[in-house]
Amino acid sequence: MCADAAIRCQEGEVDEAELLRRLDEVVRDYRGKPGALIPVLQIAQGILGYLPVEALKRISLGLQVPYSEVAGVVGFYSYFSTIPRGKHVIRVCLGTACYVRGGKDVLEAIKHELEIDVGGTTEDRVFSLEVARCFGACGLAPAVMVDKTVHKRVRPMKIRQLLAPYYEMESMQEERHVG
Amino acid sequence: MSDVKLRIDDTEVSVPAESTILDAAKKARVKIPTLCHLEGVQAIGACRVCLVEVEGARTLLPSCVTPVREGMQVWTRTRRVRNARRTVVELLLSDHDGDCQTCERNDDCELQALARELGIRELRYTGETSRRIVDRSTPALVRDTAKCILCRRCVAACCEVQGVGALFPQGRGFSSVIGPAFCADLDSVACVQCGQCAAVCPVGAISELDQIDEVWSLLDDPEKHVVVQTAPAIRAALGECFGYPPGTLVTGKMVAALRRLGFDAVFDTNFAADLTIMEEGSELLARLKKALVDEQKVALPQFTSCSPGWIKYAEYFYPDLLANISTCKSPQQMFGAVAKTYYADKLGKRPEDIAVVSIMPCTAKKFEAQRAEMNDSGVRDVDVVLTTRELGRMIRQSGVDFRSLPDEEMDAPLGLSTGAADIFANTGGVMEAALRTVYEIVTGRPLPFDNLHIEPIAGLEGVKEAALTLESCKPEWSFLEGVEVKVAVAHGLTNARKILDKVRAGESDHHFIEIMTCPGGCIGGGGQPRMTDDAVRAARIKAIYLEDEGKKLRKSHENPDLQKLYADFLGEPLGEKSHKLLHTHYEERARV
Repeated sequence: MCADAAIRCQEGEVDEAELLRRLDEVVRDYRGKPGALIPVLQIAQGILGYLPVEALKRISLGLQVPYSEVAGVVGFYSYFSTIPRGKHVIRVCLGTACYVRGGKDVLEAIKHELEIDVGGTTEDRVFSLEVARCFGACGLAPAVMVDKTVHKRVRPMKIRQLLAPYYEMESMQEERHVG
Repeated sequence: MSDVKLRIDDTEVSVPAESTILDAAKKARVKIPTLCHLEGVQAIGACRVCLVEVEGARTLLPSCVTPVREGMQVWTRTRRVRNARRTVVELLLSDHDGDCQTCERNDDCELQALARELGIRELRYTGETSRRIVDRSTPALVRDTAKCILCRRCVAACCEVQGVGALFPQGRGFSSVIGPAFCADLDSVACVQCGQCAAVCPVGAISELDQIDEVWSLLDDPEKHVVVQTAPAIRAALGECFGYPPGTLVTGKMVAALRRLGFDAVFDTNFAADLTIMEEGSELLARLKKALVDEQKVALPQFTSCSPGWIKYAEYFYPDLLANISTCKSPQQMFGAVAKTYYADKLGKRPEDIAVVSIMPCTAKKFEAQRAEMNDSGVRDVDVVLTTRELGRMIRQSGVDFRSLPDEEMDAPLGLSTGAADIFANTGGVMEAALRTVYEIVTGRPLPFDNLHIEPIAGLEGVKEAALTLESCKPEWSFLEGVEVKVAVAHGLTNARKILDKVRAGESDHHFIEIMTCPGGCIGGGGQPRMTDDAVRAARIKAIYLEDEGKKLRKSHENPDLQKLYADFLGEPLGEKSHKLLHTHYEERARV
């Protein structure tokens, strides 16, 4: 998933039709394989950033899995999102260790900083915010994951610093596009 | 594998090694209550009502998914089991809209019955309840998630038995809802409206759209001449609504009850079933002639078209095979079109003065009746469709004491039918009825089978096949001399899919294929009295064959009133008038 997301970010805006065409290829590769639905959904979310209805319908038709089942699986796992997400996904761990070491305060601080709720996306579509249950990094609690990077012992006061590099990355890309 | 011996309470029982405790208990005649179990279809241990104590096991175990072991001792009635079972049901009730008095399932509800059996007198657990979605979007079915206990029987019926997959659990945990994708309305997804979900629902979460009041209004309207038609499968099942055992024929009492409800004429869908055979048999012969004599490209095999769930299924999933489906309307719709033209003419009435009410074993018939093209009489051909269950309730509402009614006869001229029409109710029946007529038209001799029954295509096997060689044909049918007519029969859409995929792949050499949507055919329809398992199906099928064998006329073309309909009104099968009134077309539908 992360590789596809990286491609998407590097190339900047790719039109959705092209992304759906890529998805069709993935679906074709997985057709007829048992247990294909979840990996295909993961890849689709990687390609598109989220799971729009159009993609889910293609997956249902292509894999010959009832649409109700596709929707059921998407709704079951909090990992999947049917609403557009930001370029960077922040996952705040609220597993036991992170929770007792202040994960909740970190989450509140991020919500305050970005002015969004859990499950929300910032207006500029740079960040989405989610909560997670344990990355297996309990020794680093409280942990926050941004895309694939784990940030350890995060303090509520340092949230702005933690997010700053991602904003910089965005503005550099903006300049490249403009330039 | 060899048998395993175990004890259920005090009873020793020996069962095959792959059995579950529930199977063994059944054999030992020990009743263990269940809510999610569906014999032969679903065993998932979801409802936890079937918990039992197994000696040596730390916890109670769900009997429907626990395999038996040699020497096992199972206790089904200990205090621990009774307390657990009671708590499980109390917890189900805590998130169940228990408006029993106004619920359609009042007195026919498995949860209500279980709560009564367990002696639950107060609701100990109250609190937040889950989201209520009431879906009245389709003409056939109503869903109410507040009554749902998440047993998933409907999901198994929809996905496993029918291979449709309109229903699936959505969401997770407390917010789980059984429904179409993203909790959309049923009319926005590929649902064939067969009602097998409603037929297996233990509570009132999915049921037929109740249209009894519409029928009362028609009966109270002095301007309307209201006729009723009853499908072949009703007479073998309606009795169950009044305490008769499955497989009791109640044809005479049914007619008497309908007359007492106030219908102006009590007719029989069977008459139209005979009519269907004339049209569909002629269509098959015409297709064969085109293929064999004119060497034209023609869609073969021909599929039967009586079952509206199958039709909608094909429109979604096999649009490439629509040309193979007989253009004949179903008997219900043929009846409506004939009642509002031929019969209306006889009475000197206009089509709009006649109201046609159908009693069907089927929820999809409600959908079929309101298809936009079903108005060839100039108005809607069939006004209201009631299921068998609704008719049972309507008779109760009227106060008529069904069991004490005399046996009465159907009215003329649309009430007379042959035994061939009766067996439309059973899987394999339409095929047998068609061959009784086609064989005789072509050879001049009756179908060469014992008692006119084609054994290989009767019974509950999912896909059945038969072949029949045509010999000594009449001169006008000489092109069929020596042809081996190959037929197949499938019931339940998952079974149908097996044969449809073969046809699609060009691997079928059949000429004629009968498909019925529901397991067992119409006798197992989504509108029939609950619960329908294979034993009930077999009993109803037997009753239907009995009805057929009891008739003097057993071949559709021998029906004298039908011959008169052709002589006075229609002309000939596949003629111009037939084409307009009795045939239809199909359209592809988007699956998602």
